[in-house]
Amino acid sequence: MTDKNIPVTEDELHAYIDNELPAERHGDVEAWLVTHPDDAERVQSWRAMADALHARYDRVADEAVPKRLEIERLARQPRKWMVGAIAATLVAFIAGGAVGWMAHGAAAAPSAFQILTVDALDAHKLYVVEVRHPVEVPGSERTHLQQWLSKRCGYSVKAPELDGTGLKLVGGRLLPGPQGPAAFFMYEGPTGERFTLYTSRAKTKTAQMRYTAAENSGAMYWSEDGVGYVLSGPIDKDRLNQVARLVYDQTEKSGG
Amino acid sequence: MSAFRDDVEAMIPALRRYARALARDADIADDLVQDTLVRALRSERLFLGGDIRSWLYTILTNLNRNRRRSLARRPQFTPLLENNPDASGTEAEGRDIARALATLVEDQRSVLLLVMLEGLSYREVANIQGVPIGTVMSRLARARAHVKACLEGERPALRRVK
Repeated sequence: MTDKNIPVTEDELHAYIDNELPAERHGDVEAWLVTHPDDAERVQSWRAMADALHARYDRVADEAVPKRLEIERLARQPRKWMVGAIAATLVAFIAGGAVGWMAHGAAAAPSAFQILTVDALDAHKLYVVEVRHPVEVPGSERTHLQQWLSKRCGYSVKAPELDGTGLKLVGGRLLPGPQGPAAFFMYEGPTGERFTLYTSRAKTKTAQMRYTAAENSGAMYWSEDGVGYVLSGPIDKDRLNQVARLVYDQTEKSGG
Repeated sequence: MSAFRDDVEAMIPALRRYARALARDADIADDLVQDTLVRALRSERLFLGGDIRSWLYTILTNLNRNRRRSLARRPQFTPLLENNPDASGTEAEGRDIARALATLVEDQRSVLLLVMLEGLSYREVANIQGVPIGTVMSRLARARAHVKACLEGERPALRRVK
């Protein structure tokens, strides 16, 4: 028997109905509910809430699966997805985002490297939500992509191998940077998380890695041999740092 | 068909249920499920074992978050009625719970549904959202209090835009 004098917390009430409560505390909570009608009423209301959720939504699971969600069909034509409402909202978003992006170029006053980082984060936010056209050249044409971007940017551009951390190259595109063209690569992990690498000429000396964050995105940025690098992704700093190190190691080897 | 595909296929009904409650629009919900399935199939080789069920819920939750983020940039229009109300005896009740869900912020709605509707553990939900268990528990407590107040007829507080 455990000590019945330990008061039952709200967390324990939740854990109790979610089957997360340690077995030895079960009897205590049940005894507590008998003598605390307010808590008993709350627990009862949560049960009713679960019933209402199941009553409303279980029938969705019982429906026949629509044709467009049949697994054979999706495996056969993996590119035809996400149409209709979502595509329409993305068009609206891209149009709005591009205007803000151009306007920001005119107003910014801070250092060239900061401008580059802000541009990179804007590009990240603009393109990671893209479903149908996230890149201009797909990752399957890696060699061509690297040659094209190297030629346009005027220095050797390499798309780093990030498969070791579960990130696959989606592809890349050319973007206008603050001091010339910028190369932009997108990577995607198994759960849909997207990282982007933005590189462009930057008139700064070698600068060590720094971290910045805005809204829901974070970025690690550094520069080497007159080229600025910005790796953007979800706001998890440890994960960003891990991916950024991998990028850094590879750009160093390729001579930037 | 591979075992991997069988496992993914077996999850489709539950994913549709979760997506419908999360997105509250039948078409958008099925778009989310479709995109989730396509990503899962594409990443078959990246999937190194583990719990397929949690993994699929994670993809869907992330996709919905991306979708919401893109919507956040423009004014939001919330439909007054769901676009295909199911006719049944519990319709009014169902509308009430749907309306209460609509007033929750994204992360709280997701926690509430994963725990109460999909029956996932706190640990699984913490992994799906990439937050500590304590955060899952506080989100769940706030979501339950909020939905309870809504169902009992209190006017929901104005929803805060993130």
